[in-house]
Amino acid sequence: MTVALSARKISEQIKARFPEAIAEVTDQPPVLRGESLFAVAEYLKSSPELAFDYLNYITAVDYFDYFELVYQLTSLTHNHTVTFKTRCYDRGKPTVPSVVRLWRGADFQEREVYDLMGINFEGHPNLKRIVLWDGFNGHPLRKDYLTQQ
Amino acid sequence: MTAPALSRQLSAVSFELSSDWPGNFWLHWIIFSVILIVFVLVMVLAFVYIERRGAGRIQARIGPNRVGPFGVLQPIADAVKVMLKEDIVPFTADKIVHFLAPIVSFAPLVMIFAVVPFGNGVLLVDLNTGILYVVAIASLTSVGVLMAGWGSSNKYSLLGAMRDVASVVSYEIPMVLSVLGVVMMAGSLSLAQIVQSQNIPFIFFQPLGSLVFFIAGCAEINRSPFDLLEADSELTAGFHTEYSGMKFALFYLVEYGEALALSAVISTLFLSGWRGPILPPWLWLVGKIVVIFFVMVWTRMTLPRARIDQLMAVAWKFLFPLAILNFLITGVEVLAWPNGLPWPLIFVNFAIAGLLILAFSRRYKVGWGRVEVRELR
Amino acid sequence: MTLKTEPFVLNIGPVHPSTHGVFRMRATLDGEVIIDLEPVFGYLHRGIEKLAEERTFTGFIPLTDRLDYMASMSNNLGYVLAVEKLAGIKVPERAEYMRVILAEFQRIASHLVAVGAFFNDCGAFFTPFIYMFREREKIYDLFEMLSGQRVLYNYMRVGGFNQDMPDEFLPAARTLVNQIRHRLDEYDTLLLENEIAIARSKGVGILPKELAISVGASGPVLRASGVKWDLRKADPYSIYDRFEFDVPTGTAGDCYDRWRVRVAEMRQSVRILDQALKQVPGGPVKTYVPQFFHPPVGEAYAHIEAPKGELGFYLVSDGSIAPYRCHIRAPSFINLTALKEMVVGWKMQDLIIIFGSIDITMGEVDR
Repeated sequence: MTVALSARKISEQIKARFPEAIAEVTDQPPVLRGESLFAVAEYLKSSPELAFDYLNYITAVDYFDYFELVYQLTSLTHNHTVTFKTRCYDRGKPTVPSVVRLWRGADFQEREVYDLMGINFEGHPNLKRIVLWDGFNGHPLRKDYLTQQ
Repeated sequence: MTAPALSRQLSAVSFELSSDWPGNFWLHWIIFSVILIVFVLVMVLAFVYIERRGAGRIQARIGPNRVGPFGVLQPIADAVKVMLKEDIVPFTADKIVHFLAPIVSFAPLVMIFAVVPFGNGVLLVDLNTGILYVVAIASLTSVGVLMAGWGSSNKYSLLGAMRDVASVVSYEIPMVLSVLGVVMMAGSLSLAQIVQSQNIPFIFFQPLGSLVFFIAGCAEINRSPFDLLEADSELTAGFHTEYSGMKFALFYLVEYGEALALSAVISTLFLSGWRGPILPPWLWLVGKIVVIFFVMVWTRMTLPRARIDQLMAVAWKFLFPLAILNFLITGVEVLAWPNGLPWPLIFVNFAIAGLLILAFSRRYKVGWGRVEVRELR
Repeated sequence: MTLKTEPFVLNIGPVHPSTHGVFRMRATLDGEVIIDLEPVFGYLHRGIEKLAEERTFTGFIPLTDRLDYMASMSNNLGYVLAVEKLAGIKVPERAEYMRVILAEFQRIASHLVAVGAFFNDCGAFFTPFIYMFREREKIYDLFEMLSGQRVLYNYMRVGGFNQDMPDEFLPAARTLVNQIRHRLDEYDTLLLENEIAIARSKGVGILPKELAISVGASGPVLRASGVKWDLRKADPYSIYDRFEFDVPTGTAGDCYDRWRVRVAEMRQSVRILDQALKQVPGGPVKTYVPQFFHPPVGEAYAHIEAPKGELGFYLVSDGSIAPYRCHIRAPSFINLTALKEMVVGWKMQDLIIIFGSIDITMGEVDR
């Protein structure tokens, strides 16, 4: 049975190692700061007792004040999973570091988030639109994208 | 042995001009040529029907059954449809080459039937270099294919045509070598003579030779499992992508006509042609042709397709050594028994064939594997 | 004297007899060998994730059918599991058994198409495809008995099923399971030792194990590369922990292994169906859920082992009758990430086979 690691414990572990990464430790999945995202992700992947080698998904949600990116990782060896998030408050040009170098599966998923939500991933080798065509204007999945125009 | 005499209309013509030239010779020639061309066309239509119906039954479905009883008139409907289609020529195509390609493909096909015997002495011309003529003419169809690929000014067509020429040239060699066994046993290149000398059909004395000839022949005429040139589920329709209308009909005819020619040649060389007890000789020949074509349809519907480098590997590493060994063994047997081989040799030959096939089939690597690609950027 | 050659770019366009669906690849070829590959898709993008925000939770179920349209029941199952996890709804026993039975039949149907289409790409001119479709037709008949539809069922609901199975369903299902078992043996007799099929698929298109894990591949693609990871065993959902079955894995990660893993999975599905069909209890099939129901504020992610891989639904709810956000973790989309590594160095004809062996459905890739 895959154990979903307790959010509080994983937040405490991360806060112990990267004190500036998490604002406060709650029972909700940890919300990381954008700058420390890559370092924390690398720690989660390479530390032997965590060993999160499998990326389930990356997705983004538009809460009107901010964009929230959700990541879920699984460890195939220990059979546990963790969810963590990061928030982007800049609506004009939101930017988040890319985790493609850690998990290749982030390649297409980050391109999809860029395409539909408009979030830029710095460090991504090929950030182009993936499901919409290249000349498309706008990012449809945002809440302020009007479908009747 | 004497065969029953046939009517004077169909008597054989000797190749030296006899004293009743031009009246008698040319009359026989024209009538028989017309009969041959009609025979080819009718048999091709029948083959189209056999293929579609046979394919349907093998695939657990019915096949065409609407046009005529049991769908027998389906090929006529196909022919009418394809003749009424618009003839589209690409703008940048080489017009003359594009136009001539189907004709250059089709003509050699009908010429093969000039030497196929339909009865005792019933053939258009009894060349004493019969089988050599057949093999030489059969390779001319690939010239037509190359013309089609080039004249279409389409890179897919050119790719398909070049693959075709490469495979045809590779498969000529095992084909010719496997025929040599038959020639040695019959003592003559002439097809009529070969049929005459088959008291027991040569397929029993030459299992290896007939198998090699059949496989090489299927590869020559681009029939499955070697039909990667017209493979629908791959790149394109091959060299005849840019053809429509009557020209496409001609290519279609060429495909089935080549199957017909191959079946006719196999029946003549290995299955003793028109010989058989009760029925008229031409009916025996047609029956054997249909049986061999059915085997071709059967392999097409059952086996997956080979890749191009696997195709080449089978030709050079499997069929070619087998054909040479067959030639050697037949040569030894013919030297040992110059007055005809005794029938117990059939079992010896089958045993040798089985052993050789088993020995060779595992000893070679089929095709390259993955090619190392250096980064381009 | 070396011949100067130049690589050329070939566009294997969206409309093509052999790519499964509208999928475009720009391949750079050097002669016959592929040097580079760039997949371009989005031809079937319908904005399903955005449409979810304008439908009720129940009204979104028909849209989930259209994701992986070869295996609609599994899509339905993943979605209703996510909604039930979000709202904390428990489903009666009979409905749980029905869900397992339908999901396993759907797995068999989807794998029959995958293996049939794989042989079609190999060139065996439709014959194995049509043979396998005979069983798929019988599964369609079974499902038509339940939902009235042959392909896009819209049958599962949040809380169970709206209508119970008719009486003739279970005996028909038991007969069909026996027939499928015999037929699978027959297909193996025909295809397993076929020299040409083995030569075309063994060693071709290898996906190494580390790459498969890093890419996030799932389903038969991951298991053929040697990773024994099946969500029905690793993270059991519904009542899968009550059944005994194995998880077949391959060793090399080539096309041959993907084919064999799919065939072995069909046999395991038959095994699960044998057990499940004996144990179906009576009782209600639905817990009452109002048509416009308001789940509590929060988020949930539920994933199932769909025939193509790990199909997951991430739902965020803000207390209203429609989801605030629905993200679909599509297995075919993520499995495609490794396509370029798998194909480079092989020939054009192998590209078609390798692509067919990953077994994608464009409805999922594009959403």
